[in-house]
Amino acid sequence: MTSNQIIFLITAAATLGAALYVVTARNLVHAALALIATFFGVAIIFVLLQAGFLAAAQVVLYIGAIAILIIFAIMLTRRVMQDTGPQTNRIWGVAAGLSLITFSALLASFRLVPSLQQVTPAAQPSADQVIKSLGFAFVDPNQYLLPFELASVLLLIALIGSIVIAADRK
Amino acid sequence: MDIGQLFNDPVGQIRQLLAQLLTSIGLAPQAVDLILMVIGVVIIASFCLLLPLFLIWFERRVVARMQDRVGPNRVGPQGLLQTIADAIKLLIKEDITPTGADKIVYNAAPILSVIAVISMWAVIPFAATIVGTSLNVGALYIVSVGSLGTLAIMMGGWSSNNKYALLGAFRTAAQLVSYEAPLLLSLSVPVLLARSMDLNTIVAAQKDVWFIVAAPVAALIFFLTSVAEVGRTPFDLLEAESEIVAGFHIEYTGMKFGMFFVAEFLHAFTVGALTAILFLGGWQGPFVEQVPLLGVLYFMAKAFAGYFLVILMRAALPRIRIDHMLDFNWKFLVPVALAAIVVTMLGDKLIQTAGIDSAWIRAGLLFLVNAVLAWATYWLLSASARRLRAAEEAAAAGHDPMGGGPDDHGDQAEHAAVAHGDHGPAAASAPAH
Repeated sequence: MTSNQIIFLITAAATLGAALYVVTARNLVHAALALIATFFGVAIIFVLLQAGFLAAAQVVLYIGAIAILIIFAIMLTRRVMQDTGPQTNRIWGVAAGLSLITFSALLASFRLVPSLQQVTPAAQPSADQVIKSLGFAFVDPNQYLLPFELASVLLLIALIGSIVIAADRK
Repeated sequence: MDIGQLFNDPVGQIRQLLAQLLTSIGLAPQAVDLILMVIGVVIIASFCLLLPLFLIWFERRVVARMQDRVGPNRVGPQGLLQTIADAIKLLIKEDITPTGADKIVYNAAPILSVIAVISMWAVIPFAATIVGTSLNVGALYIVSVGSLGTLAIMMGGWSSNNKYALLGAFRTAAQLVSYEAPLLLSLSVPVLLARSMDLNTIVAAQKDVWFIVAAPVAALIFFLTSVAEVGRTPFDLLEAESEIVAGFHIEYTGMKFGMFFVAEFLHAFTVGALTAILFLGGWQGPFVEQVPLLGVLYFMAKAFAGYFLVILMRAALPRIRIDHMLDFNWKFLVPVALAAIVVTMLGDKLIQTAGIDSAWIRAGLLFLVNAVLAWATYWLLSASARRLRAAEEAAAAGHDPMGGGPDDHGDQAEHAAVAHGDHGPAAASAPAH
């Protein structure tokens, strides 16, 4: 086993454990902090996959912005933070069965993908090249120009909408 | 081994020597890599933790001088060992965890705050060959680990089970998250000019002209927002002593408080270091190509110059009010930073298309573009302030016989301060400050 594999196994276990804690924790702030740990674990896995840009973006956006906003919102609602009710309802068995079936179907379909069975990956382009091609892919009409622009317009709409809602009318 | 080569690339040579040594005693190449990495991490982390011992003494002496005091001068020569005495004092203090505190989060917060700052130094180039790791997304990495520091402060403030600490955490969310926007925007200007996010490449791109010439507006915004990210005066609302006692770290005692303290000082120095790297040419300087080790000297000198400016700001400026702080960010820094990106982008592309190769001409033209931007900003601000003042005067003449008098300044922020403050004859007869 190489050191990368060891790091991957530890990270994967920690990420899954933290993800499980997010949904089982009774304290909302603890759940939010575990969510951050999960995001961080995913970022480490991106690093192991030579996707440094994705890892940095993951930390900036998910931990630096989204998770901190979640924590901020939770802190403001101090009273409802501790949940004492039951954590499951009557149909949890059905939900678990459905999730298991979906997971098995996904696993089966993944095994059909030929590229996953090959052990030796293709030659890696240099890391700088990856970022450059990512940048070009975003503005290339044949690749991701339309989704990229649509996402920008969506964010702009959200931005203007929040300003309109928050503005005090004289 | 060649002595000259050792002098030119000491880290690489020592690394090679150690690798040979470890391989010769029969370790696998992977294990050797791992050991060398751990050694590198330990060296950089130790450097980062020892540096504040000096920084704290330096800052106390400078601030004391500005306040007409002497400062610590008893322990060791010129008081240099004062910080070590303070650290020992902190270590032997009682470690208190307040009742009702969230133990795990409470104890993790100071550790995370130190981790966040030290992690930044992993990508900082001390010289062309002395750099922890040359990351191709270095600039983005700096911002991403910086956001962990924000998280640490919020964790500490929430878990202390103290209302003042929680207020400090709220202010943190308002200030640090807001100021990250112009920080990122201004950071992308040197990235744009250097065509790379790797900090070492950004420094290398400033061989002829420093980026502060080509992007003075971005440099100013970057410096100001970085100081706000550290939470230093005039942006120290998160720990404003006169309002919320000590803010997020009010309940922390002993070395846990010490860790927040060390993280803050190291972060303040990191601001100087990053400003030096992004805008002041990092390790660039005369004769640096013949003797690369000189780069460390240049880099540290520039970083200390930036840190010195942070200290001067801290000692000279009063704390800014929270609504002014947010207005300043969203209504001034963010639009100007956006405009700076657009004009730099267009200007640089036009210069490139025109086929101008000289770095000096390119920087000069970009400087002109920036000057136009700065003038336009000033013109817009003063026009808006004039309009506000006219409206206020009309309102005062109509309804308020006491009169909110006109002030002599065109600046919008100062105008707002007067508008929100006392409306009395005193404001009319004497300047507010």
